[in-house]
Amino acid sequence: MTNMAEDLKAEAPFLSGAPAPAPEDRRRTQRESPRERKKRTTDVVIYGVLAVLVVALMVPFFWMLSSSLKENNQVLTVPIQWIPSDFVWSNYTDIWTRIPMLGYLQNSLYLAVIITCLQVLTGSLAAYGFSKVRFPGRDVLFLAYIGTIAVPWQAYMVPQYIMMQNLGLTNSFNALILLQAFGAFGVFLMRQYYMTIPDELCEAARIDGLSEYGIWARVILPLSKPALASLALLTFVNTWNDYMGPFIYLTSNRLWTVQLGLRSFVGQFDAEYAMIMTGSVISVIPILVIFLIGQRYFIQGIATSGMKG
Amino acid sequence: MTTETLTPAPVPVSRGNRKQARRNTLIGWTFILPNFLGFLAFTLIPVIAAFALSFMEWTSFTAPRWVGLENFQRMLQSDTFWVALRNTVVYALGHVPLTMALALGLAMLLNRKLKGIGFFRVAIFFPYITSLVAVAVVWNMLFSPDNGPINQFLNAIGIAEAPGWTSSSDWAMPAVIITSVWRDMGYYMILYLAGLQAIPTELYEAAEVDGASGWQRFWNVTIPSLRPTTFFVVVMLTVSSFKVFDLIVVMTNGGPGRATTVLSQLIYQEGIGEGKFGYSSAISLVLFLIVLSITVLQFKLQQRRER
Repeated sequence: MTNMAEDLKAEAPFLSGAPAPAPEDRRRTQRESPRERKKRTTDVVIYGVLAVLVVALMVPFFWMLSSSLKENNQVLTVPIQWIPSDFVWSNYTDIWTRIPMLGYLQNSLYLAVIITCLQVLTGSLAAYGFSKVRFPGRDVLFLAYIGTIAVPWQAYMVPQYIMMQNLGLTNSFNALILLQAFGAFGVFLMRQYYMTIPDELCEAARIDGLSEYGIWARVILPLSKPALASLALLTFVNTWNDYMGPFIYLTSNRLWTVQLGLRSFVGQFDAEYAMIMTGSVISVIPILVIFLIGQRYFIQGIATSGMKG
Repeated sequence: MTTETLTPAPVPVSRGNRKQARRNTLIGWTFILPNFLGFLAFTLIPVIAAFALSFMEWTSFTAPRWVGLENFQRMLQSDTFWVALRNTVVYALGHVPLTMALALGLAMLLNRKLKGIGFFRVAIFFPYITSLVAVAVVWNMLFSPDNGPINQFLNAIGIAEAPGWTSSSDWAMPAVIITSVWRDMGYYMILYLAGLQAIPTELYEAAEVDGASGWQRFWNVTIPSLRPTTFFVVVMLTVSSFKVFDLIVVMTNGGPGRATTVLSQLIYQEGIGEGKFGYSSAISLVLFLIVLSITVLQFKLQQRRER
């Protein structure tokens, strides 16, 4: 529902693992020692620049974390207190009773898991149909898929909403699941990957007597783990972070996701700076964990299969 | 990168294989069907419906009725529409060049073999996948007009009259742009990194042999070689700028006043908020046409440059 199209594009460069040597480096290593000494100095300078830059860019995260451990009246002080004078750990225990945070987390998790499973399953099935089975009308159909990726979803959110209203599905998880689990982009991504798997592999399996479903399950799926992982990761993160979908469809508090819960908390208690930051930190942690795990998985997937997305 | 190379048309089937072809069609469809049913019902039909609806008068209280271009006439006379369109363009004009320049700069800096460089890349990319509500909430506090860290910093470097940011109608949009640039640049940096790594080393070596300075190499080797990436980045960035929605809803909700109201938000307010289905679809169509024409225009420019 959000900008899935943009997101999935990000996977390719991440997959490439170790970067190609930068042109300047390769050139320099062939030179004599004064050059090498110069290179070392440049490296130090670069590290310095990078460190300063990354610290500057990470300030919002640091500030969020530090404020989440303060009293409300210590958050916006002059001068800024970068490290809390007293660590108010109780924020992290109180938030669960202040707002139904656990329920919000459960709802987000439920939606993200169901949508991710459906998206990965139906996406990889359809991608197999679009890349490895030949039948008339296939490419036209695929063009229809690509065509809709180009249409901003805001342009058709109103018809979607009318439809869900008529089906009586507003204010239910089902609306979001139905709208987000069959995304065209999952099909597109998986198909692009399947196109890189040689048809000869499928042919050989066919001669060995495997059915098309057998080929999908036993040949293609094991080979496409990296692509499956990146699709799953991105769908999960997107669903977890989605604000507009739940905002439009989920009205009762007990259905709210973390994002909605956090936003409403800000709206109701806008002076509870510290607790708001605590909620923000809790909403970001699962993403951070998944991101760090997924990062490794991408690189491993590439190292073992030797294929690039 | 988005352009799609379709596989060659299916090999013509000989007569004896007709049964096989029918079987293939059946098998193909069983693979596609689970996804296609959902796609048809919840994406394809709504897309088509959005076009049709824009020529109809339909609200939550009245039955649908064909009215031709009436919705569009009303839209063009609506002050709010023009405000939203103007705000969206202003956002794009700020967001696109800033994100591009910073993403390219970061990519140039990070495109080298150094120990731990991966950490820097990941760190810079992370804001992009952080939940938007958390990002918006944190930046809103950073931008806090009185004692917010940003204004304290500005005061410290000698700017006494620091802006009111999200509470001021002049500065709310810049605040939103700064936040979105911070959030998005890591993603485009990754795209640029991929582009930079595809440039053959020989080009730089040849340029150095010819005595080109670092700046000349950047200008005459890097920039031209990056053209396909840049084209892609510009298209993606412009399109996503015109679609800006959730960041605005969470950060400013279009305010103060109408200072940051954008097109997507107007579609939401008119269509889902007030139930003016037809009218909101007309605005949707305009949004779609803008996005489409930007893409087509940039394709044309790209083609001309290549010739």
